[in-house]
Amino acid sequence: MVLKRPPEPKWLGARWVPPATVALCLVPLAVLIGQALTGALFPNPIEALVRGLGDWTLRLLLLTLAITPARRLTGWTRLVRLRRTIGLITFAYAVLHVLAYVGLDQAFHLPTLWADITKRAFIILGMVSFAILAVLAATSPKAVVRRLGGRRWRRLHRLIYPAAILGVIHHAMMVRAGWGTAGEHAVILALLLVLRLPKPRLAGVFGGRGGAEG
Amino acid sequence: MPVHRRSPWSLPDSEVTPPALFRARRRFLKAGAGSLALSAGLASGLGGWVGAARAAVERPGKLAPLEVTGTTHRVDEALTDYEAVTTYNNFYEFGAGKEDPAENAHTLKPRPWTLSVDGLVARPRTFDVADLLATQPLEERIYRLRCVEAWSMVIPWIGFPLAALLDRVEPLGSARYVRFESLIDDERMPPRNRAPISYPYVEGLRLDEARHDLTLLAVGLYGEVLPNQSGAPIRLVVPWKYGFKSIKSVVRISLVEDRPLNTWQALQPSEYGFYANVNPEVDHPRWSQARERRIGEFFRRETLMFNGYGEAVADLYRDLDLTKWY
Repeated sequence: MVLKRPPEPKWLGARWVPPATVALCLVPLAVLIGQALTGALFPNPIEALVRGLGDWTLRLLLLTLAITPARRLTGWTRLVRLRRTIGLITFAYAVLHVLAYVGLDQAFHLPTLWADITKRAFIILGMVSFAILAVLAATSPKAVVRRLGGRRWRRLHRLIYPAAILGVIHHAMMVRAGWGTAGEHAVILALLLVLRLPKPRLAGVFGGRGGAEG
Repeated sequence: MPVHRRSPWSLPDSEVTPPALFRARRRFLKAGAGSLALSAGLASGLGGWVGAARAAVERPGKLAPLEVTGTTHRVDEALTDYEAVTTYNNFYEFGAGKEDPAENAHTLKPRPWTLSVDGLVARPRTFDVADLLATQPLEERIYRLRCVEAWSMVIPWIGFPLAALLDRVEPLGSARYVRFESLIDDERMPPRNRAPISYPYVEGLRLDEARHDLTLLAVGLYGEVLPNQSGAPIRLVVPWKYGFKSIKSVVRISLVEDRPLNTWQALQPSEYGFYANVNPEVDHPRWSQARERRIGEFFRRETLMFNGYGEAVADLYRDLDLTKWY
């Protein structure tokens, strides 16, 4: 790297950082609920709520995946503390997204839900992604990590990559024409995945070995 | 003497709630809901069912009013709010988002406007839409509109039967289908707003469908000329078919021998067909068509075969396998 990395800021280790992260990540939820209650999601508020929650699930999933590349680029090791927090909030948004679809959009209409889950590819992909996120959330407490052992836990949590890919495809397949934000999510996801390649391979992707020149 | 047509789905005037009574009920409902602040917020926010009583058509007073001879068709269901009808639209020339057309369609310039009718007709003609408005008696028709995306509205259209226009150009015996084309114009529909589908937007009907009494060329809604985002100045309304058949801002109508390839069928033939009759039993591959969300209501309602117009149109499809010809 040609640029000198800025030193890790001291506040990154402060006690208020995790709760502040949680609060910040919950702002979109508060805004959505506020809009739903005041009529700002008019004229199809249930659809807007389901889609809004889905969009934020994907955005936070991408943010979770951005922590490791950000740490590698900046060298700020304590960023990792936030990864689990943001990941768990992502799962919370996914739960609300599924609940809004099942409870508000379909009003627990079992025949429709059953047909959706067995017949519609985009819903099946979304549910698989959701199931993976549930497993990752369930295995995130420190005690579980210890019981699994670091290596097994890391291997299990690589499932976040298929979960993110399925989530982005789930969104893209739902759209009627064009790519729109689903395309943007796909590009960001691809970039975040490439940035995880080991250093020599990464240099290969960007052309030239051992530096950013050229 | 005006002939009053009573159809099975029409509603006698005696059953329409008078506006004053409607408003009184609405005030009462609102007051009741207001005592529970949260539920009122949820109601107006998540469903808007507070206002879901049977409504008379009240002009919003935003655009030029239109004179009608009377209301010739009417469904016995609450009208969808004018605000919702004019801010929740699919009009891909102005963007793929539902709110995009209301935001972007101000560039359309719907007047002056000409509509050419050509192809297999004895007297091809180009009509000035202003002349059509002056010479064609206009009727109000309150129809359900069911979108292929499983939402629906009830809209008081103003227009005249497409058959009346077809009579003026005298279709030849060889004409079997009618092809419709929307405007496409880089200045009035800037390319930067357009969703990525092919243009001009094309739709088609079988000639007998086009001549059916329910098939309307609409020039207004809610007592006024069409807002741009609703397909000004002239659009098709085929109430027993999914909304994408009801092509907007039409500039050309051609009578043809072969079945036209409509835009959505060309784009995704496994999902959208030529007929696109509302049918709760034939699913869209990505979602069920059995139920729909009426805009303004909280719970979904059952979708009706032919959108509730089966008695009037089922005969058109006696010999057609509706699963194959979706």
